Amino acid sequence: MEKNPIIRRLRPEDLAALSGQSSAPVLVRPSRSYWQDAWGRLKANKRALVSLYIIIGLLVFTFIGPLVWQVDPALQDIDQISVAPGADRGAIVVDAFEAWDGQAPAPGFAAGDGLSLAGQPTTQSVKLQWQDMAGADSYLVYRNNFVPDNVNTLGLPLMQISDPSQRFYEDRLDLRPGTYYYSVAALDAFDQRTGDYQTVVADVIRVITVNEVRTRNLVDDPDALRPGDEVRLSWHPLGTDYLGRDMLARLMAGARVSLFIGLLAPLFFVAFGVIYGATSGFVGGRLDSVMMRFADFVVALPFLLFMILFQVVFGIGPGESGIIPMLVALIILSWPATARLVRGQILQIREEAYVSAARLLGASQNYLILRHMIPNTLGVILVTLTFAVPAAIFTEAFLSFIGMGVAPPTASWGSMCNEGLKTMLTHPHELIFPAAMISITVLAFNLLGDGLRDALDAKMRSTE
Amino acid sequence: MLWYTLKRLLQGVITVWFIATATFIGMHNVPGDPLSGERATNAAIRANLEARYGLDRPVTEQYFIYMRNMLRGDFGISYTQQNREVNDIIREHFPVSATLGVLAVLFAALGGILFGALTALFRNRLPDYIIMFLVILGISVPSFVFAALGQLSLVNINSVLGFSVLPVAGWGSVSHMLLPALVLGLGTMAYMTRLMRSSMLEVMSSDYIRTAKAKGLSPTRIFSRHQLRNAALPVITVLGPAIAAITTGGFVVELVFAIPGLGRYFVQAVQQLDYTVIMGTTVFYGAFLVFMVILVDLVYGWIDPRVRLQ
Amino acid sequence: MKQEDPSDFVQAPGDRLTRAAGKQLAVYGVAAVLLLTAAMFLLNALAGLTSSAAGMSRMAVDVENNTITSYLRQEPPQMNSMLATDAVSGMVLAHVMEGLLRYDQYGELVGGVAERWQLEGNTMTFWLRDDARWSNGEPVTAHDFEFAWKNLLSPSVGSQYAFILYPILNAEQANNGEVPIDDVGINAVDDRTLVVTLATPIAYFDRMVAFVTYLPANEAFYRQTDGRYGADADEMLYNGPFMMTSWVHGASMRLEKNPYYWDADRIRLDAINFAHMTSDSSTLLNLFKDNQIVMADLGSEMLEEAMLQGWSLNQFMEGTVFYTDFNHRPERLTANLNLRKAMALVHDSGELVNKVIKLPGYLPGKSLFPVWLPGVDDNFREEYPAPVYQRDVAQARVYLQRALDELGLDRLPPLVLLTGDTPVSRIQAEYYQEVFKRNLDIDLVIDAQIFRQRLEKMTAGDFDLVAAGWGPDYNDPLTFGDLYASWNLNNRGRYSNPALDAQVRIAQNSLDMTERMRAFAEIQRIIHEDVVMMPDYERGYVYVTHPQVRGIVRHVIGAETDFTNAWIDAGE
Repeated sequence: MEKNPIIRRLRPEDLAALSGQSSAPVLVRPSRSYWQDAWGRLKANKRALVSLYIIIGLLVFTFIGPLVWQVDPALQDIDQISVAPGADRGAIVVDAFEAWDGQAPAPGFAAGDGLSLAGQPTTQSVKLQWQDMAGADSYLVYRNNFVPDNVNTLGLPLMQISDPSQRFYEDRLDLRPGTYYYSVAALDAFDQRTGDYQTVVADVIRVITVNEVRTRNLVDDPDALRPGDEVRLSWHPLGTDYLGRDMLARLMAGARVSLFIGLLAPLFFVAFGVIYGATSGFVGGRLDSVMMRFADFVVALPFLLFMILFQVVFGIGPGESGIIPMLVALIILSWPATARLVRGQILQIREEAYVSAARLLGASQNYLILRHMIPNTLGVILVTLTFAVPAAIFTEAFLSFIGMGVAPPTASWGSMCNEGLKTMLTHPHELIFPAAMISITVLAFNLLGDGLRDALDAKMRSTE
Repeated sequence: MLWYTLKRLLQGVITVWFIATATFIGMHNVPGDPLSGERATNAAIRANLEARYGLDRPVTEQYFIYMRNMLRGDFGISYTQQNREVNDIIREHFPVSATLGVLAVLFAALGGILFGALTALFRNRLPDYIIMFLVILGISVPSFVFAALGQLSLVNINSVLGFSVLPVAGWGSVSHMLLPALVLGLGTMAYMTRLMRSSMLEVMSSDYIRTAKAKGLSPTRIFSRHQLRNAALPVITVLGPAIAAITTGGFVVELVFAIPGLGRYFVQAVQQLDYTVIMGTTVFYGAFLVFMVILVDLVYGWIDPRVRLQ
Repeated sequence: MKQEDPSDFVQAPGDRLTRAAGKQLAVYGVAAVLLLTAAMFLLNALAGLTSSAAGMSRMAVDVENNTITSYLRQEPPQMNSMLATDAVSGMVLAHVMEGLLRYDQYGELVGGVAERWQLEGNTMTFWLRDDARWSNGEPVTAHDFEFAWKNLLSPSVGSQYAFILYPILNAEQANNGEVPIDDVGINAVDDRTLVVTLATPIAYFDRMVAFVTYLPANEAFYRQTDGRYGADADEMLYNGPFMMTSWVHGASMRLEKNPYYWDADRIRLDAINFAHMTSDSSTLLNLFKDNQIVMADLGSEMLEEAMLQGWSLNQFMEGTVFYTDFNHRPERLTANLNLRKAMALVHDSGELVNKVIKLPGYLPGKSLFPVWLPGVDDNFREEYPAPVYQRDVAQARVYLQRALDELGLDRLPPLVLLTGDTPVSRIQAEYYQEVFKRNLDIDLVIDAQIFRQRLEKMTAGDFDLVAAGWGPDYNDPLTFGDLYASWNLNNRGRYSNPALDAQVRIAQNSLDMTERMRAFAEIQRIIHEDVVMMPDYERGYVYVTHPQVRGIVRHVIGAETDFTNAWIDAGE
């Protein structure tokens, strides 16, 4: 039978007495506070961390952005209205506009048969002239972006010319570089089409006058420019809006408004709610029930209806942006939820065993508040705050959408969406950018809120 | 229980009074003149109009008259539609908003429970990812964008198919309701899906499910009797506030889809400074909200014995 | 420090529980869909109890029933012609009612209920046709007109459009409560003769009579409605080509051919549905694309889509003139002529229309008088072309400097531009802000207000500039011409100029058309030289109509959209 191997290996030294200095093994991790712990948990949550970076990015975009992209968001580039995002565009310099009297066609565009162009079609104007049409009591000038098939699809009726002897027309309506198909149809005495029409193709080029080059500071020496020279127009990387304002600059300006409301309103109403709820919960008794009844009343107010009412009651004076009334209304209507939450939290903590223990040990009121109440409610408050931001941003966007939001010329993401929605089909960039900004912001704050909740509060932790 | 109900109802009445007073004070401080029109009117006509709406009396008297009439359930005559009573307006337009709201909430709750359960069941697999991506969209895209996009896609679907699958706007038949209710409920559904997902995951990992499995209960029974039912409870809790928020928040959908609801009417009334309609609508909605919340609380207490004990 | 990871407990996919759960969820999903469907039908039925949501045809053109479907821009406040002030009510009323005179499809004034009419000195006599009937079969008599007109003049009714009857003897005094209503010069001699005594003979009274406010009302029926006249489809009697058979407030309205109408043969449609009440242009475009309405007005952003679809487009000048009004009250900076001149010299209505509004049909504003107003032989504006300011920044700066010297200022304080809250007025205000800032370094402060708040501020003179518009009430230049008369309450900038007042009096009282037109030309000149206001544009519409529907007419005066001459051309 084999002996126990350990016993066999024992030597006499093993049985010698230990020296007295040896201490117990140290089993201490570095001490971590609640906040370090929470931060650690938050850092482990990849989604929350990315959201945090996005929010920091948004703040940089809002506050540092305008320093980098120094374009006035109110500056209207009338030559580049609703242009799509892209590189900068060139334009040919031409003389200042003078109304055409229908005479003296430019060389090279002499009157031909039927409808013809007089002069190079430009974004400044397209000059048309035509021959007499049999049986015409008046003429109707049409423009189309597509090739017209028949007399019913001539396109956009530009102008009815009631004097049949006037056989010319100068079109200046929203001309963009590209190809247009102009038609002139003859109308009878009852303004009905006779069926007779003529069509001409116009390839419009982008032009700019010297005067505009000068006012927009496009070149160093505008006086040296001659008609026919090419200049580069101002660059709008994200395109422009319906008044030719730079989208990027406007998004930054809109971000200031939207984030101002979205961050400040929650900050204020959460602060007020905390003070109100804490007072109520701490004092207790009759005051508590009166205060809470009042909070109940405010909760019962139909939120959006009262937001709209507030906007009207406050009235937005001349030149005011309407941000302050919206902020005040948001604060007035939104605080009770936080107040209730904090009060509940305080009442609960007051009953906790560790608070009783601290009290028994003679802790002062101040110590209790500082050491137990605040740290234990701060997590909940922070989470509430984070979730309140997207709600506030949505409210602002919603009010601006129904036209009860910020006053012109102030831009917010919501009002930009409202304007962009109309041009959704033709100029989608005017909707997509502000809508994307709203979505990203709302999403980032929601995910950060989730992360914070997981990190800060075990009880509220979601199981994701 | 009866005492509790009475107490809640009394609180509700006081709250409605509070809302009415707040609205009254607000309306009487609004700058602007509800009696003005496109064409200027002379003093005699003005005086007559003011007398008709009682605007010639002192404000306190107006307040008492207003309160007395309101107790009788009479909100007065509209300023813009001079021969229609506010009561008529509410009676005709509120059912539309309520229909839309109830459908949207139903849609949100049923869909939320279904998709929430699906994502929990297929956690970290393809269905989960797809649904959660949609949920994120639903939470972060404003409802007016959804409404416009929804209408636009419907138009294109109709034109591709060559016949009208659903009407693109308007009101009056069942087919008109579907898309607006869907759009209106989308945000809430996304929220409820998230809620359901986390509560379902919690339930799936709880002890009593393990016990049930160990007992050898049939999977069907475990899922329907224990998992789904318990997980859905938190979703049902938020139903009350959701109904309130959706019913009063339907303005955008009503505007985009040309639905004759009270929300759209309210926005128009505000723009026209139609005092009586604004006050009537606000008080009515306030009362509706207050008693809805009370009702939900009572019903919830009746369903869940733990709440009743308190 | 994650707690227990719940995924540890999740069943592996494909196991029994998951399969069972999947099945259960499928059942649940089907049940949910069924429940939703049931709820929809139930709610629809319930809603049907409270409102009369009629199941209307959803097709734009219903050839079988000879019916077309269109929309209204908004819910008409009421159908009481004595109180109606807005274009939508006016448009519906023009379909269901007929006055003494009306405009035909070519815009010519023709007899309606009146067979003949004659102006002799101060007296206008109308002879009514004997076959005009109310929709209950009773004849339309001269007493119905006398009742309606006198009723709306009584101060207790509070009609905002009572002023349009002021040419009638004692009408203004009665409306102010100064004389009894019986003293007003309206007299039904017998059932078929109406004699109207005018305060002074005026040349354009026949054109005024075609206006909505001059429509008749059946007295017995009016009394019986007890203040609800015109509030609902059955609270009204109709004497026009159509009668309203249903009105679901805020939702829809149905007009059916009126069998009692004396000229019923003229009417070729059996019914018109107004199935939608909305002004949202993209909703309307979508409805048109979906073949649910026969016409739609288009916004500038929809033109490309319309061209792509190959639709047949029309344009129409609606008749309203929009302008930027100055505040002429002496304490205001804008009372300074040189400042106004400076601003007029940089104001470019062509740029506004071509670059900002971008909609054909709009005309750059040149005058207070729109182009369509009749003159003596031709249009007024053809006979007396409007003088205009061309943009001249250098000259404008000279005027601005003069203004600053006169005012004793180094720099102009910001001016307040009062405007509306609609998207168009917002855009326009933002555009002006930039124009005056860039060219003259004048700061404009935008004051965007909802309609009634804007009106109050306009009346109180709480503005420097205001974006205003003026629509015609009748087909004579005077409907615009007296706007700046010092006594006109609609002259919100309180412009006062005896020279202009004198011309207005000539235009009001003269019977000589040439003399009147000369007076209007003089008013036009004074407004230009004194820069009383800056014309912005004459509003127009681009609209698309269904190819099968012909004969839709749009009027400047009267029904903005007139379906009474429309018919369905099923051949297309």
